[in-house]
Amino acid sequence: MPSRSGSQRPPGSGRSSPERGLLLLLLLLVLLPLGDASSAGVGHQEHAGNHTAANGRHNFTKKPFPVLSLDYHHIQTPFEISLWVLLASLMKLGFHLIPRLSNIVPESCLLIVVGLLVGGLIKLAGEKVPPVLDSRLFFLCLLPPIILDAGYFLPIRPFMENIGTILMFAVVGTLWNAFFIGGILYAVCQSQPDLNKLSLLPCLLFGSIVSAVDPVAVLAVFEEIHINELLHILVFGESLLNDAVTVVLYHLFDEYSAAGPVTVLDAFLGVISFLVVALGGVLVGAIYGFLSAFTSRFTSHTRVIEPLFVFVYSYMAYLSAEMFHLSGIMALISCGAVMRPYVEANISHKSHTTIKYFLKMWSSVSETLIFIFLGVATVDGPHSWNWIFVTVTVILCLVARVIGVIGLTYIINNFRIVKLTTKDQFIIAYGGLRGAIAFSLGFLLDDGRFPMREMFLTAIITVIFFTVFVQGMTIKPLVELLAVKKKQEAKRTINEEIHTQFLDHLLTGIEDICGHYGHHHWKDKLNRFNKKYVKKCLIVGERSKEPQLIAFYHKMEMKQAIELVESGGGVKMPSAVPSTVSMQNIQPKKPPPAKSAERSLPQLPKGREEEIRKILRSNLQKTRQRLRSYNRHTLVVDPYEDGFGDLLIKKQKMIELEKKIKEMNNYLTVPAAPPDSPTMCRARLASGRDTDFKPAEQQRGNKICADPQAYSVKQSSDSVPTIQVDLASPQSPDSVNVMDEFRRAKQQQEEEEEYQGLMMKPPQGPSGPNKPGEADTTRDPQKLTRCLSDPGPSADEDEDEPFLS
Amino acid sequence: NLRKRFLQLSGNEETISREHLDTIPALAENPIKAQIIEAFFDKRNQRGDEAGAFQEIGFEQFLMVMCHFRPPTLKMTAEEKEAMRKEKLRFLFNMHDTDNDGTITLEEYRKVVEELLSKSGAIGQETAEAIADAAMLEVASTNVPHMAPDEFYEGITFQHFEQILKGLEMESRMNIRFLDVDTTTMRCGRSTS
Repeated sequence: MPSRSGSQRPPGSGRSSPERGLLLLLLLLVLLPLGDASSAGVGHQEHAGNHTAANGRHNFTKKPFPVLSLDYHHIQTPFEISLWVLLASLMKLGFHLIPRLSNIVPESCLLIVVGLLVGGLIKLAGEKVPPVLDSRLFFLCLLPPIILDAGYFLPIRPFMENIGTILMFAVVGTLWNAFFIGGILYAVCQSQPDLNKLSLLPCLLFGSIVSAVDPVAVLAVFEEIHINELLHILVFGESLLNDAVTVVLYHLFDEYSAAGPVTVLDAFLGVISFLVVALGGVLVGAIYGFLSAFTSRFTSHTRVIEPLFVFVYSYMAYLSAEMFHLSGIMALISCGAVMRPYVEANISHKSHTTIKYFLKMWSSVSETLIFIFLGVATVDGPHSWNWIFVTVTVILCLVARVIGVIGLTYIINNFRIVKLTTKDQFIIAYGGLRGAIAFSLGFLLDDGRFPMREMFLTAIITVIFFTVFVQGMTIKPLVELLAVKKKQEAKRTINEEIHTQFLDHLLTGIEDICGHYGHHHWKDKLNRFNKKYVKKCLIVGERSKEPQLIAFYHKMEMKQAIELVESGGGVKMPSAVPSTVSMQNIQPKKPPPAKSAERSLPQLPKGREEEIRKILRSNLQKTRQRLRSYNRHTLVVDPYEDGFGDLLIKKQKMIELEKKIKEMNNYLTVPAAPPDSPTMCRARLASGRDTDFKPAEQQRGNKICADPQAYSVKQSSDSVPTIQVDLASPQSPDSVNVMDEFRRAKQQQEEEEEYQGLMMKPPQGPSGPNKPGEADTTRDPQKLTRCLSDPGPSADEDEDEPFLS
Repeated sequence: NLRKRFLQLSGNEETISREHLDTIPALAENPIKAQIIEAFFDKRNQRGDEAGAFQEIGFEQFLMVMCHFRPPTLKMTAEEKEAMRKEKLRFLFNMHDTDNDGTITLEEYRKVVEELLSKSGAIGQETAEAIADAAMLEVASTNVPHMAPDEFYEGITFQHFEQILKGLEMESRMNIRFLDVDTTTMRCGRSTS
């Protein structure tokens, strides 16, 4: 395999003087790719020049010390790589700046055209086009990111539901395509005088190369047409899984094309080999996936390198599979799909974002580069155009695909619950795009054994161009024309989630009643096994016991909290539909005693609280505290909704109040209160407790307070949690509501003591641990005074604290 | 064969009662077992307009309940698919609306979520309530966006129920692969007329 540019050239060739180097450097800035190819010559010039200079130093006088010198060779390879990546990214940027272009022409087409232009430019300049679509580079560097991205974000549910159909299309469909194309092509070639020497096996090999639907091309085109999930997963799944078939067929025909006729034994071995390749690939991927999930269990102290584990394990899965000639693509897919649920439960939110964005970035750049290189290689590659061969190939590809899809659907529909309609079949057939994998496989062919290699390559490129340009460009208007169902854009709601789960259990139950061990039964068994054994090993801490519904709910709440904060603290309602409905509207008329029912957050485990708190704290500091949150209507007490200035005034009042209370400190030493009284309990709590900011999500005291006595005196029924609110730091909007609710709930029951279990610290900045004690004890005297006398105006003001800082 | 299964469940008698269904071992793990069994005995799931519950059901009623789970065929028109979706949603609605007042109140919905989470370990009751509350809020916001603070959202009516589950496409999801499809579809068709 010829390596990339940088091969040895005699120093005398190319341009004459080192000044050319400087000139080219200028040109580089203008014509990026041009510099890539031509710089190869320059680099060597310089290198040779330095050698002669060094040699010359022994004989001649000392030359002046070079203040500024050009040593291109030193950085050549990384420089060129970076240039290509930069070119690809700039092209991507450019396309989106031109408004209408991206609607008409899919990006892949544009990129191929750019590649053609670039290749043409290089050729015009008389330079040798770098063999960029080197198979090793392609398979080892360019392809894995795209596949990993696809595998990691593969929607498992629709994939598994349609796995039978997908496998049928991938395996049987590809086999049918390969043999049909290869066979008919052989027949055609035999009838042509100039193609006579093409024997059957090379034809079949060619057929197998050209029949594989390409995931890169499918992704690139289908992403833009937003087709419904079923069709997307069918075509995409097929393109991923047919890799196993392609690998086996390729190696089979490659091996035996030189060795003579294929016997039945060979065919049998081929079938075995297919099973080994496919299942082996999946197994390797799964092993690495579990390893990665297990590793992520221990990363709680080194969050920064979490994404690295995901990437490295996946890449190693790919390489290991390739080492054994197993299907690397399937290994990657299974690795990503297996590790995702466990890893996501273990890693931090930021790592999750990092992984997502890195994968998207790499796959995007890879895809762009692949298409550009395809264009460049087209210009470069030695072509041997044979009208008959090429046209027959193109036609056969189309025909084979259509027949294959129709035939297979006819069989599959007998087994499917939701049948595939004609429209669906058309889209599936039309979406069978070929791409760079076919080209790379063709490129790998050995020239010695396949003298027709160039013709093959030409034909492959033509097919690729045809499918990407013609089919890629027309699929969008066709989808519109045929009114194919599009993807639903709406976010998943909690109701849908509840009912999906409900439906799962319902269908499993019905199946059990029918005595029919179907689909749902086994899925349920797998889930239970997963929950019982696997999750315990792979997920850290108590997350392993979290049922899916709750996990989903937490995620949703997090998202809403972030959304709320990012939108500037409440300009937007947390729900998708702006509405004035609040929790109050749906509560039953009779308020249950002490029920803090108007809460919409379940108890979050500590880790979650931390994250939510951190996010909110860091963001809320900048926002105005106009909180139109869930319980807008329960924020009754605070009449100052607008005007930050008003809040400052209130803050001032509070501070003054605090000062007044501080003077009553001597009440601290009143020990007369019996140990059971709320006063002492609160004092105990305040001093003994951690004075951290405990978010409002803590509820129902039975879970949080170590001191049971504090609660026993409060009410006869439900206990009321004690909330320590650190007013010095910004609070979550929900804590605001909770306290409001508490207030209201309290106010509903006019108890003798109006103390509402709120320990509030005055908003005086981070004066730390002393505050709770002080606040608490300052409340006590206040409470005492209140008990002894009428509730003074100060009491109300106290309640009326600004939750804002 | 469904007939055979029915006889097997009932111990070769003509009718089955709740206990017969209760004893199915595979159902033991199912968190919503009680609701499922109840659905079989619910009169609203039969074609008539009655309410209440049977004590025992015969094969005809058994089949009628199973009819709700038949998949759509290729030949169905859009209206037929819509009708089928309504039918399936109605079945689900009846499962939730235990007191048959035509709406799913907050209490009923809370119970649903609680049952769903019942087999998943020690989840606090408050969590289930919170989730149900949020879900209810969502329904209310989607269907009746502008409510004054003192209005009260009684419960999820059937229209609202349909509305929020529109995205799930029930007719494609709520299906069981039956062992002999023809008999079932035939009988379901006959019973409609």
